[in-house]
Amino acid sequence: MKVVLRNPRRELELPAPRDVEALLHELGVVPESVLVIRNDTLATRDEHLDDTDVVEIRPVVSGGAR
Amino acid sequence: MKCRRCRDRAVVDVRRHNAAFCGPCFLHHCREQVRRAIDDFDMIRPGERVLVAVSGGKDSLGLWDLLRELGHDADGLYVGLGIGAYSDESGRYAREFAHARGLKLVEVDLEADHGFSVPDGARAARRAPCSACGLSKRHVFNETAIAHGYDVLATGHNLDDEAAVLFGNVLRWETGYLGRQHPVLPAAPGFARKVKPLVRLGERELAAYCVLRGIDYIVEECPMAHGNRHLGYKEALNAIEERSPGTKASFLFGFLERGHPRFAADARDEREGLEPCLRCGAPTPGDGRGEALCAFCRLQARATGSGRP
Repeated sequence: MKVVLRNPRRELELPAPRDVEALLHELGVVPESVLVIRNDTLATRDEHLDDTDVVEIRPVVSGGAR
Repeated sequence: MKCRRCRDRAVVDVRRHNAAFCGPCFLHHCREQVRRAIDDFDMIRPGERVLVAVSGGKDSLGLWDLLRELGHDADGLYVGLGIGAYSDESGRYAREFAHARGLKLVEVDLEADHGFSVPDGARAARRAPCSACGLSKRHVFNETAIAHGYDVLATGHNLDDEAAVLFGNVLRWETGYLGRQHPVLPAAPGFARKVKPLVRLGERELAAYCVLRGIDYIVEECPMAHGNRHLGYKEALNAIEERSPGTKASFLFGFLERGHPRFAADARDEREGLEPCLRCGAPTPGDGRGEALCAFCRLQARATGSGRP
Protein backbone atom coordinates (compact mmCIF):
# COMPACT_ATOMS: atom_id res chain seq x y z
CA MET A 1 0.00 0.00 0.00
CA LYS A 2 1.27 3.48 -0.83
CA VAL A 3 0.83 6.14 1.86
CA VAL A 4 1.20 9.80 0.89
CA LEU A 5 2.01 12.20 3.71
CA ARG A 6 2.01 16.00 3.41
CA ASN A 7 3.88 18.96 4.91
CA PRO A 8 6.41 18.01 3.68
CA ARG A 9 5.15 15.66 0.97
CA ARG A 10 6.61 12.16 1.16
CA GLU A 11 5.56 8.61 0.31
CA LEU A 12 5.81 5.35 2.23
CA GLU A 13 5.25 1.75 1.15
CA LEU A 14 3.59 -0.25 3.94
CA PRO A 15 1.76 -3.54 4.26
CA ALA A 16 -1.92 -2.60 4.59
CA PRO A 17 -3.12 -2.57 8.19
CA ARG A 18 -6.68 -3.72 8.97
CA ASP A 19 -8.37 -0.34 8.53
CA VAL A 20 -7.87 3.43 8.50
CA GLU A 21 -7.91 3.72 12.28
CA ALA A 22 -5.16 1.08 12.60
CA LEU A 23 -3.05 2.86 9.96
CA LEU A 24 -3.29 6.20 11.80
CA HIS A 25 -2.45 4.49 15.09
CA GLU A 26 0.58 2.81 13.48
CA LEU A 27 1.81 6.17 12.18
CA GLY A 28 1.12 7.96 15.48
CA VAL A 29 -1.32 10.39 13.83
CA VAL A 30 -4.25 11.84 15.80
CA PRO A 31 -7.34 11.09 13.63
CA GLU A 32 -8.94 14.44 14.50
CA SER A 33 -6.01 16.25 12.84
CA VAL A 34 -6.22 14.63 9.38
CA LEU A 35 -8.45 13.61 6.51
CA VAL A 36 -7.81 10.22 4.97
CA ILE A 37 -8.31 9.98 1.22
CA ARG A 38 -8.25 6.42 -0.13
CA ASN A 39 -7.94 6.09 -3.91
CA ASP A 40 -9.22 9.69 -4.32
CA THR A 41 -12.27 9.15 -2.08
CA LEU A 42 -12.75 10.24 1.53
CA ALA A 43 -12.52 7.34 3.97
CA THR A 44 -14.00 6.87 7.45
CA ARG A 45 -12.04 5.32 10.31
CA ASP A 46 -13.52 1.87 9.88
CA GLU A 47 -12.75 1.63 6.15
CA HIS A 48 -10.82 -1.53 5.28
CA LEU A 49 -7.51 -1.10 3.48
CA ASP A 50 -5.92 -3.18 0.77
CA ASP A 51 -2.31 -3.62 -0.35
CA THR A 52 -3.11 -2.03 -3.72
CA ASP A 53 -4.57 1.16 -2.16
CA VAL A 54 -3.07 4.64 -2.42
CA VAL A 55 -3.89 6.48 0.79
CA GLU A 56 -3.28 10.19 1.32
CA ILE A 57 -3.12 11.43 4.89
CA ARG A 58 -3.88 15.12 4.59
CA PRO A 59 -3.33 17.38 7.61
CA VAL A 60 -6.21 19.73 8.36
CA VAL A 61 -4.73 21.80 11.18
CA SER A 62 -3.89 25.32 10.10
CA GLY A 63 -2.13 27.72 12.39
CA GLY A 64 -0.42 31.04 12.42
CA ALA A 65 -2.24 34.35 12.48
CA ARG A 66 -5.94 33.64 12.54
CA MET B 1 -20.25 3.28 8.61
CA LYS B 2 -23.68 4.33 7.38
CA CYS B 3 -24.90 7.85 6.76
CA ARG B 4 -27.02 9.09 9.66
CA ARG B 5 -29.52 10.76 7.35
CA CYS B 6 -29.98 8.37 4.42
CA ARG B 7 -28.23 5.12 5.52
CA ASP B 8 -26.05 5.13 2.38
CA ARG B 9 -22.31 4.44 2.74
CA ALA B 10 -20.67 7.19 4.81
CA VAL B 11 -17.49 9.00 3.72
CA VAL B 12 -17.01 11.39 6.68
CA ASP B 13 -17.39 10.69 10.38
CA VAL B 14 -18.02 13.58 12.80
CA ARG B 15 -17.44 12.10 16.23
CA ARG B 16 -18.64 15.08 18.28
CA HIS B 17 -22.07 14.58 16.70
CA ASN B 18 -21.70 10.79 17.01
CA ALA B 19 -22.54 10.72 13.32
CA ALA B 20 -21.25 9.87 9.88
CA PHE B 21 -22.51 11.17 6.53
CA CYS B 22 -22.44 10.29 2.85
CA GLY B 23 -21.19 13.05 0.53
CA PRO B 24 -24.50 14.83 -0.26
CA CYS B 25 -25.74 14.60 3.35
CA PHE B 26 -22.41 15.92 4.64
CA LEU B 27 -22.67 18.99 2.38
CA HIS B 28 -26.21 19.50 3.71
CA HIS B 29 -24.84 19.21 7.29
CA CYS B 30 -22.20 21.91 6.59
CA ARG B 31 -24.71 24.31 5.05
CA GLU B 32 -27.07 23.77 8.01
CA GLN B 33 -24.31 24.46 10.54
CA VAL B 34 -23.39 27.72 8.80
CA ARG B 35 -27.03 28.76 8.35
CA ARG B 36 -27.64 28.07 12.04
CA ALA B 37 -24.56 30.06 13.13
CA ILE B 38 -25.65 33.02 11.00
CA ASP B 39 -29.20 32.90 12.40
CA ASP B 40 -28.31 32.21 16.05
CA PHE B 41 -25.82 35.07 16.23
CA ASP B 42 -27.65 37.43 13.83
CA MET B 43 -24.51 37.67 11.67
CA ILE B 44 -25.85 38.66 8.25
CA ARG B 45 -29.23 40.19 7.48
CA PRO B 46 -31.08 39.73 4.18
CA GLY B 47 -29.68 41.83 1.36
CA GLU B 48 -26.45 42.77 3.10
CA ARG B 49 -23.18 42.83 1.14
CA VAL B 50 -20.52 40.54 2.58
CA LEU B 51 -16.75 40.73 2.10
CA VAL B 52 -15.09 37.36 2.76
CA ALA B 53 -11.41 37.45 3.69
CA VAL B 54 -9.82 34.62 1.68
CA SER B 55 -6.32 33.21 2.02
CA GLY B 56 -6.45 30.38 -0.53
CA GLY B 57 -6.87 27.88 2.32
CA LYS B 58 -9.70 25.45 3.00
CA ASP B 59 -11.53 27.51 5.62
CA SER B 60 -11.86 30.78 3.76
CA LEU B 61 -12.57 29.26 0.33
CA GLY B 62 -15.04 26.85 1.94
CA LEU B 63 -16.71 29.78 3.69
CA TRP B 64 -17.00 31.79 0.48
CA ASP B 65 -18.56 28.78 -1.25
CA LEU B 66 -20.96 28.11 1.65
CA LEU B 67 -22.13 31.74 1.81
CA ARG B 68 -22.83 31.75 -1.93
CA GLU B 69 -24.63 28.40 -1.62
CA LEU B 70 -26.81 29.92 1.11
CA GLY B 71 -27.68 32.81 -1.21
CA HIS B 72 -25.58 35.60 0.30
CA ASP B 73 -24.12 38.41 -1.79
CA ALA B 74 -20.46 37.71 -0.99
CA ASP B 75 -17.28 39.02 -2.64
CA GLY B 76 -13.74 37.96 -1.69
CA LEU B 77 -10.74 39.89 -0.36
CA TYR B 78 -7.22 38.51 -0.79
CA VAL B 79 -4.31 40.19 0.96
CA GLY B 80 -0.84 39.47 -0.47
CA LEU B 81 1.47 39.17 2.53
CA GLY B 82 4.80 38.88 0.69
CA ILE B 83 5.71 35.48 2.15
CA GLY B 84 7.64 34.31 -0.93
CA ALA B 85 6.42 31.28 -2.87
CA TYR B 86 3.77 30.56 -0.23
CA SER B 87 2.01 33.86 -0.96
CA ASP B 88 2.32 33.33 -4.71
CA GLU B 89 0.71 29.92 -4.39
CA SER B 90 -2.07 30.93 -1.97
CA GLY B 91 -2.98 33.91 -4.18
CA ARG B 92 -3.24 31.59 -7.17
CA TYR B 93 -5.76 29.36 -5.36
CA ALA B 94 -7.88 32.37 -4.37
CA ARG B 95 -7.85 33.81 -7.91
CA GLU B 96 -8.64 30.46 -9.53
CA PHE B 97 -11.57 29.91 -7.17
CA ALA B 98 -13.01 33.35 -7.97
CA HIS B 99 -12.36 33.08 -11.72
CA ALA B 100 -13.92 29.61 -12.06
CA ARG B 101 -17.14 30.84 -10.41
CA GLY B 102 -17.24 34.34 -11.90
CA LEU B 103 -16.92 35.97 -8.46
CA LYS B 104 -15.43 39.33 -7.57
CA LEU B 105 -12.09 39.21 -5.74
CA VAL B 106 -10.72 42.44 -4.24
CA GLU B 107 -6.93 42.32 -3.87
CA VAL B 108 -4.61 44.28 -1.59
CA ASP B 109 -0.85 43.74 -1.70
CA LEU B 110 0.91 44.64 1.54
CA GLU B 111 4.23 45.39 -0.19
CA ALA B 112 2.83 47.34 -3.15
CA ASP B 113 0.11 49.18 -1.23
CA HIS B 114 1.72 49.68 2.18
CA GLY B 115 5.45 49.38 1.48
CA PHE B 116 6.34 46.28 3.51
CA SER B 117 5.85 42.52 3.66
CA VAL B 118 5.07 40.37 6.72
CA PRO B 119 8.71 39.16 6.97
CA ASP B 120 9.90 42.83 6.76
CA GLY B 121 7.45 43.88 9.45
CA ALA B 122 8.32 41.00 11.76
CA ARG B 123 12.07 41.70 11.44
CA ALA B 124 11.81 45.46 11.88
CA ALA B 125 9.43 45.34 14.83
CA ARG B 126 11.05 42.23 16.37
CA ARG B 127 7.63 40.64 16.53
CA ALA B 128 6.76 37.01 15.88
CA PRO B 129 5.82 36.69 12.18
CA CYS B 130 2.28 35.50 13.08
CA SER B 131 1.81 38.58 15.26
CA ALA B 132 2.86 40.99 12.48
CA CYS B 133 0.73 39.02 10.01
CA GLY B 134 -2.40 39.00 12.18
CA LEU B 135 -2.08 42.70 12.95
CA SER B 136 -1.65 43.57 9.26
CA LYS B 137 -4.54 41.39 8.09
CA ARG B 138 -6.98 42.71 10.71
CA HIS B 139 -6.12 46.27 9.72
CA VAL B 140 -6.37 45.71 5.96
CA PHE B 141 -9.58 43.65 6.24
CA ASN B 142 -11.32 46.34 8.26
CA GLU B 143 -10.01 49.22 6.15
CA THR B 144 -11.02 47.52 2.88
CA ALA B 145 -14.51 46.54 4.09
CA ILE B 146 -15.21 50.15 5.13
CA ALA B 147 -13.61 51.71 2.03
CA HIS B 148 -15.66 49.51 -0.33
CA GLY B 149 -18.92 49.95 1.58
CA TYR B 150 -19.50 46.33 2.64
CA ASP B 151 -22.01 45.76 5.45
CA VAL B 152 -20.11 42.91 6.99
CA LEU B 153 -16.68 41.29 6.95
CA ALA B 154 -16.64 37.47 7.23
CA THR B 155 -13.57 35.46 8.20
CA GLY B 156 -12.93 31.71 8.05
CA HIS B 157 -12.31 31.19 11.77
CA ASN B 158 -13.69 27.75 12.59
CA LEU B 159 -14.55 25.87 15.77
CA ASP B 160 -10.94 24.67 16.19
CA ASP B 161 -9.53 28.19 15.78
CA GLU B 162 -11.94 29.67 18.27
CA ALA B 163 -11.44 26.88 20.82
CA ALA B 164 -7.64 27.27 20.54
CA VAL B 165 -7.83 31.06 20.94
CA LEU B 166 -10.12 30.63 23.94
CA PHE B 167 -7.71 28.08 25.43
CA GLY B 168 -4.82 30.56 25.10
CA ASN B 169 -6.83 33.46 26.49
CA VAL B 170 -7.92 31.40 29.50
CA LEU B 171 -4.39 30.14 30.17
CA ARG B 172 -3.22 33.77 30.44
CA TRP B 173 -6.54 35.21 31.74
CA GLU B 174 -6.63 37.84 29.03
CA THR B 175 -9.90 39.36 30.18
CA GLY B 176 -10.10 42.01 27.45
CA TYR B 177 -9.57 39.38 24.75
CA LEU B 178 -12.13 37.08 26.44
CA GLY B 179 -14.65 39.91 26.34
CA ARG B 180 -14.03 40.39 22.62
CA GLN B 181 -14.10 36.70 21.72
CA HIS B 182 -17.46 36.26 20.07
CA PRO B 183 -18.70 35.09 16.64
CA VAL B 184 -19.94 38.63 15.97
CA LEU B 185 -18.18 41.90 16.69
CA PRO B 186 -20.72 44.65 16.04
CA ALA B 187 -19.92 47.63 13.85
CA ALA B 188 -18.76 50.80 15.61
CA PRO B 189 -17.28 54.07 14.34
CA GLY B 190 -14.21 53.02 12.33
CA PHE B 191 -14.98 49.30 12.70
CA ALA B 192 -16.87 47.10 10.23
CA ARG B 193 -19.10 44.35 11.65
CA LYS B 194 -17.04 41.15 11.78
CA VAL B 195 -18.56 37.68 11.72
CA LYS B 196 -17.29 34.10 11.93
CA PRO B 197 -19.93 31.90 10.24
CA LEU B 198 -17.79 28.71 10.50
CA VAL B 199 -17.85 28.67 14.29
CA ARG B 200 -20.02 25.52 14.33
CA LEU B 201 -17.72 23.55 11.96
CA GLY B 202 -14.35 21.99 12.77
CA GLU B 203 -11.40 22.32 10.42
CA ARG B 204 -11.56 18.62 9.54
CA GLU B 205 -15.13 19.22 8.35
CA LEU B 206 -13.98 22.21 6.28
CA ALA B 207 -11.26 20.14 4.62
CA ALA B 208 -13.78 17.38 3.84
CA TYR B 209 -16.25 19.98 2.52
CA CYS B 210 -13.62 21.32 0.09
CA VAL B 211 -12.69 17.83 -1.12
CA LEU B 212 -16.34 16.94 -1.73
CA ARG B 213 -17.09 20.26 -3.46
CA GLY B 214 -13.98 19.98 -5.66
CA ILE B 215 -12.45 23.15 -4.20
CA ASP B 216 -8.66 23.26 -4.70
CA TYR B 217 -6.94 24.91 -1.77
CA ILE B 218 -3.42 25.32 -0.46
CA VAL B 219 -2.68 22.30 1.74
CA GLU B 220 0.84 23.40 2.67
CA GLU B 221 1.17 25.29 5.94
CA CYS B 222 2.59 28.81 6.02
CA PRO B 223 6.39 28.42 6.44
CA MET B 224 6.42 31.20 9.05
CA ALA B 225 3.80 29.54 11.29
CA HIS B 226 5.95 26.52 12.17
CA GLY B 227 6.05 25.95 15.93
CA ASN B 228 3.73 28.81 16.85
CA ARG B 229 1.77 28.78 20.10
CA HIS B 230 -1.64 28.53 18.45
CA LEU B 231 -0.67 25.22 16.77
CA GLY B 232 0.44 23.87 20.15
CA TYR B 233 -2.96 24.69 21.65
CA LYS B 234 -4.72 22.91 18.77
CA GLU B 235 -2.54 19.84 19.25
CA ALA B 236 -3.41 19.73 22.96
CA LEU B 237 -7.14 20.18 22.28
CA ASN B 238 -7.14 17.52 19.56
CA ALA B 239 -5.52 15.04 21.97
CA ILE B 240 -8.33 15.75 24.47
CA GLU B 241 -10.98 15.61 21.74
CA GLU B 242 -9.73 12.19 20.65
CA ARG B 243 -10.44 10.80 24.11
CA SER B 244 -13.57 12.82 24.69
CA PRO B 245 -15.37 13.83 21.46
CA GLY B 246 -17.32 17.07 21.76
CA THR B 247 -14.94 18.71 24.26
CA LYS B 248 -13.90 21.55 21.93
CA ALA B 249 -17.50 22.43 21.09
CA SER B 250 -18.66 22.35 24.70
CA PHE B 251 -15.63 24.41 25.78
CA LEU B 252 -16.36 27.12 23.21
CA PHE B 253 -20.16 27.20 23.31
CA GLY B 254 -20.21 26.89 27.10
CA PHE B 255 -17.97 29.95 27.23
CA LEU B 256 -20.13 31.90 24.79
CA GLU B 257 -23.25 31.11 26.80
CA ARG B 258 -21.99 31.36 30.37
CA GLY B 259 -18.50 32.91 30.35
CA HIS B 260 -18.51 35.64 27.73
CA PRO B 261 -21.11 37.86 29.42
CA ARG B 262 -18.84 38.07 32.48
CA PHE B 263 -15.97 39.55 30.43
CA ALA B 264 -17.89 41.72 27.96
CA ALA B 265 -17.46 44.81 30.14
CA ASP B 266 -13.65 44.51 29.91
CA ALA B 267 -13.90 44.66 26.12
CA ARG B 268 -16.30 47.61 26.23
CA ASP B 269 -13.83 49.48 28.45
CA GLU B 270 -11.08 48.85 25.88
CA ARG B 271 -13.21 50.32 23.07
CA GLU B 272 -13.87 53.50 25.04
CA GLY B 273 -11.29 56.24 24.77
CA LEU B 274 -10.28 55.32 21.22
CA GLU B 275 -9.35 58.13 18.88
CA PRO B 276 -8.46 58.23 15.18
CA CYS B 277 -4.92 57.24 14.23
CA LEU B 278 -3.00 60.32 13.14
CA ARG B 279 -2.01 58.66 9.83
CA CYS B 280 -4.81 56.37 8.71
CA GLY B 281 -7.77 57.36 10.89
CA ALA B 282 -8.35 53.85 12.29
CA PRO B 283 -9.56 53.84 15.91
CA THR B 284 -6.67 53.39 18.33
CA PRO B 285 -6.06 53.96 22.05
CA GLY B 286 -5.54 57.70 22.53
CA ASP B 287 -2.34 59.34 23.78
CA GLY B 288 -4.20 62.33 25.25
CA ARG B 289 -2.68 64.70 22.63
CA GLY B 290 -4.51 63.47 19.54
CA GLU B 291 -1.23 62.24 18.06
CA ALA B 292 -1.56 58.49 18.53
CA LEU B 293 -0.55 56.09 15.75
CA CYS B 294 -2.38 52.79 15.44
CA ALA B 295 -0.40 49.54 15.80
CA PHE B 296 -0.46 48.96 12.03
CA CYS B 297 0.96 52.41 11.24
CA ARG B 298 3.65 51.94 13.90
CA LEU B 299 4.57 48.59 12.33
CA GLN B 300 4.63 50.17 8.87
CA ALA B 301 6.81 53.05 10.11
CA ARG B 302 9.34 50.62 11.60
CA ALA B 303 9.34 48.34 8.55
CA THR B 304 9.71 51.14 6.00
CA GLY B 305 11.74 53.59 8.11
CA SER B 306 9.14 56.26 7.41
CA GLY B 307 8.74 58.73 10.28
CA ARG B 308 8.08 57.84 13.89
CA PRO B 309 8.43 55.68 15.81
